[in-house]
Amino acid sequence: MTKVRLLVGTHKGAFVLTSDERRQTWKVDGPHFAGWDVYHLKGSPVDPNRLYAAQSRGWFGQVVQRSDDGGATWNPVGNEFKYEGDTHTHKWYDNSDHPYEFLRVWHLEPSLTDPDTVYAGVEDASLFKSTDAGKTWEELSALRTHPSAPTWAPGAGGLCLHTIILDKTHPDRIITAISSAGAFRSDDAGKSWLPINRGLRSNYIPDQDAEVGHCVHHVAMHPSKPNVLFMQKHWDVMRSDDAGDNWREVSGNLPTDFGFVIDVHSHEPETVYVVPITSDSDHFVPEGKLRVYRSRTGGNEWEALTKGLPQKDCYVNVLRDAMAVDSLDSCGVYFGTSGGQVYASADAGDSWKAIVHDLPAVLSVEVQTLQ
Amino acid sequence: MIRVVLPANLRTLASVGKEVELRVDGQVTQRSVLDALEAEYPMLQGTIRDSTTKKRRPLLRFYACEEDRSEDSPDDPLPAEVAAGREPYLIVGAIAGG
Repeated sequence: MTKVRLLVGTHKGAFVLTSDERRQTWKVDGPHFAGWDVYHLKGSPVDPNRLYAAQSRGWFGQVVQRSDDGGATWNPVGNEFKYEGDTHTHKWYDNSDHPYEFLRVWHLEPSLTDPDTVYAGVEDASLFKSTDAGKTWEELSALRTHPSAPTWAPGAGGLCLHTIILDKTHPDRIITAISSAGAFRSDDAGKSWLPINRGLRSNYIPDQDAEVGHCVHHVAMHPSKPNVLFMQKHWDVMRSDDAGDNWREVSGNLPTDFGFVIDVHSHEPETVYVVPITSDSDHFVPEGKLRVYRSRTGGNEWEALTKGLPQKDCYVNVLRDAMAVDSLDSCGVYFGTSGGQVYASADAGDSWKAIVHDLPAVLSVEVQTLQ
Repeated sequence: MIRVVLPANLRTLASVGKEVELRVDGQVTQRSVLDALEAEYPMLQGTIRDSTTKKRRPLLRFYACEEDRSEDSPDDPLPAEVAAGREPYLIVGAIAGG
């Protein structure tokens, strides 16, 4: 029987939610790692029982956990993330040079082909790789030592590498995004990197269409159209049809084009979801209404999806890694809020239901469709 | 046996109670106690001291016999009361709240 498993990272632990293919009733298991920030957890597409979790706390640093039984039990693995060679500097908030310091893992991306291989996007921005199921981590240092890296500056959340996209049709391709440096692509498995920010325009930086310096919040791709990328930037929803070489704005009729999260329907590569947020100073949904916006045309034309979502007095945020889609025939869409709700739609967004109301603030949501 | 009191988050991580007991060979210093702690509970490596530099993480403090030992040399001997197991060695997280 098909099952759906949600992996929810929160400010105070991780939760594993399971349901059958109807996705109406859910069993909640957790908190795992109670009291710790869990920025992200994700399962291997090759072995769905192999899960990785990024657990951190300002007092105690970073811990990476691994489960080999679908989240029933966990074991700490390696937590040593050492920058390779000279650490160099990046820009600090006051434009001074600041040495790179490892703070935490923001995103874990398991390999598409090997359950023991997993990538970690970290703050201060760099990309690490483990090929022994998380026991040891090696920096793919070409990104952090890119000639533009000394000019990168942190966003409000820190200088974080938060997005890692792997592409089955281009096995050596990795796409990453960094706040607030921009998006980068490697076509040689991380040995070299190309900034892919042409077409982005950010009025909060001195050179508005600079090669780097854009606060990219999240990037999404549909596996059947790997050259088509969708981006939620600080402001602006963007689209690329050439794997990031060029971008164009597709914000269209959105009520605001600020936001964090963006995702693509599992069967319809031109169907895209965003959750507009009021502004960079007001990190909550506009007008007190929680609305997911869906475009079935690859952007520009957006419809508000509101059925089952609060339409008054709602002031939550939805963070960059807090939306996911399952691969059932009727695509399930899930997102978590800063208010601790996790909403699910079993009909591609037409209607929604809060499957938990009162978790700690949600940092990330991933979903596994289990056969 | 040396008694070590851990902060709550690390008890969860190491799956232990409030206090753990450790055998420490040779002189009982902060370094030898923490080395023994990390050897017994490897999941704590990097959470109390930096894995490479062995420097104390900034939001943790070390206490023994009601004295703050955080700024002492890690190779100074700990008090005899701690070495004899009559008093615990405390690893304390800075208080959070508002």
